[in-house]
Amino acid sequence: MNPLLSFGDYLWMTFAAFLTLATFSFLYKDNPLYKFAEHLVVGVSAGYFVIILYYGSLKTQLVEKLINHEWVYLIPLVLGVLMWTRFNKKLSWVSRYPIAIYIGIATGLAIPLEMQTKVTEQLEAMMVYIQWNDLLAGGFWNYTNSFAALLVIIGTLAALIYFYFSKEHKGWFGGVATVGIWTLMLGFGASFGATVMARISLLINRVQFLDQWRINSVGSVHQEGSGSYTAIYWVVLLGMLGLLVVDLIRTKGKTETDLN
Amino acid sequence: MSNNQTNNNSNLSFLERLMLLDRRWVFLVLALVVVSTYYIPMKVPVPASTEVRSIYDAVEGLKEGDKILLAIDYDPNALAELHPMTYAILEQCFRKKVGVIITSLSQNGPGMAEQAILDIVDSTALPRTYNGVSYPGREIINGVDYCFLGYRAYFELVITGMGQNFRTFYSRDYYDVLLDSIPIMKDVQNYDDIEMVIDISGSNVVDAWIKYAAARYDVKLALGLTGVMMTDYYPYLGSGRIFGLMGGLLGAAEYESLADNPGLAMDGMKVQVWAHITIILFILIANIGYFGTRKKRGL
Repeated sequence: MNPLLSFGDYLWMTFAAFLTLATFSFLYKDNPLYKFAEHLVVGVSAGYFVIILYYGSLKTQLVEKLINHEWVYLIPLVLGVLMWTRFNKKLSWVSRYPIAIYIGIATGLAIPLEMQTKVTEQLEAMMVYIQWNDLLAGGFWNYTNSFAALLVIIGTLAALIYFYFSKEHKGWFGGVATVGIWTLMLGFGASFGATVMARISLLINRVQFLDQWRINSVGSVHQEGSGSYTAIYWVVLLGMLGLLVVDLIRTKGKTETDLN
Repeated sequence: MSNNQTNNNSNLSFLERLMLLDRRWVFLVLALVVVSTYYIPMKVPVPASTEVRSIYDAVEGLKEGDKILLAIDYDPNALAELHPMTYAILEQCFRKKVGVIITSLSQNGPGMAEQAILDIVDSTALPRTYNGVSYPGREIINGVDYCFLGYRAYFELVITGMGQNFRTFYSRDYYDVLLDSIPIMKDVQNYDDIEMVIDISGSNVVDAWIKYAAARYDVKLALGLTGVMMTDYYPYLGSGRIFGLMGGLLGAAEYESLADNPGLAMDGMKVQVWAHITIILFILIANIGYFGTRKKRGL
């Protein structure tokens, strides 16, 4: 048992473990334990965000400025209040003004930088000098920067051709379009692989956490006071199992409509 | 299951039954594989990629007293992949006495940042040896070694505003201390006064860092992203807009390996190997079932 883990910390850890197991129970079927965990997470997140938003932004960026007589901040305050006119059918048109100002500023800021980072710089990255001599001397399959650049150029042009629908995909044009779709598939495959890794990572993290909980609960029963930790551990595990079994018996043979 | 269904299923071939396999069996097998392989004492080699090494080298090249901005822009749902990156970078900076300015522009990010800071402050108090270099334990002081600025809404505007002056949006830090009275922030006005920004992100905040910090203010930027996001941001490496990229648990494990600071990411890689083998087997089995029953299904 981690000697630094106080009883209070252990209770919080146990609660987190309970929520983890409750969430996993959905993989078998929807049940009240899962619903409890789901509603709790949504509610706590919303409540936490409201407080963070007030202390992190409204208080420092508006309330304190107005207290310090920085009256220019009345403008964003008024614009913010005008947003609320959306709740009134007759006055809802007024909310278009703050929205227009916000979108105007955001668009003005974003469009040039969006063009720069996603279009011009990407085009520039494509315009690389391929050192054919090096490439051929190293062998075609020898992975060099030039070979990678060549692949990127061919793949990008082929993928663009695949999305050109004004000419039928036949003959040499169809061949290039096929290379294009293979390029796209390689991209999707890489994304899918990375997504699988990401999802497994989440599961691994929960297994690591549950193992820590187990170690803190029953890892070293010889420590003073650890008996109560072990008791809590088993009460939570067996209690959850019992509740799931009761729910299974209760809902056996019933459809979702019956239960509602 | 009714008698009719039982009779119908008994008439099905093996391949047809394979196609009707309840997906909960897949979940169960995967869970068993993950849990059982977690306890196997096995080490998986994690060779570092160029894009991860460039971040490590950049941080390793910093001098005592330099400052970086670490943006912890993720919520608990991305903790599994991104926390190990934050831990490894924070520890490396604290050991090297590099000042860290921490922001959190994701709504549930402040909790993530505080947890990481507290854990690494504890860990840095102990003497350790990394890559053959011994570091004595030392006390990490809030305001001197790091400054946690906390959360502000509308990340695009905050990132743009920090390019002019950090005080535009952060007159006080997360603990309500005036920025001007914090030692580490004394000589820091904007991005010009820090060496680099490392954004550990699980959301679209990363786009704002690329546009409003890297492109607009020419900030040296590196990214730590979830596995789902990483393929979308590789083009920025090609264009030179970012100088490094860590993707998912693998990226985190590579960084831990380079920093000689094995943690949860390296610990998880052996499980990743077995879990991937299991998923590949499931994909193969599903394809055998699909192609084997095509004729019968009139395809």
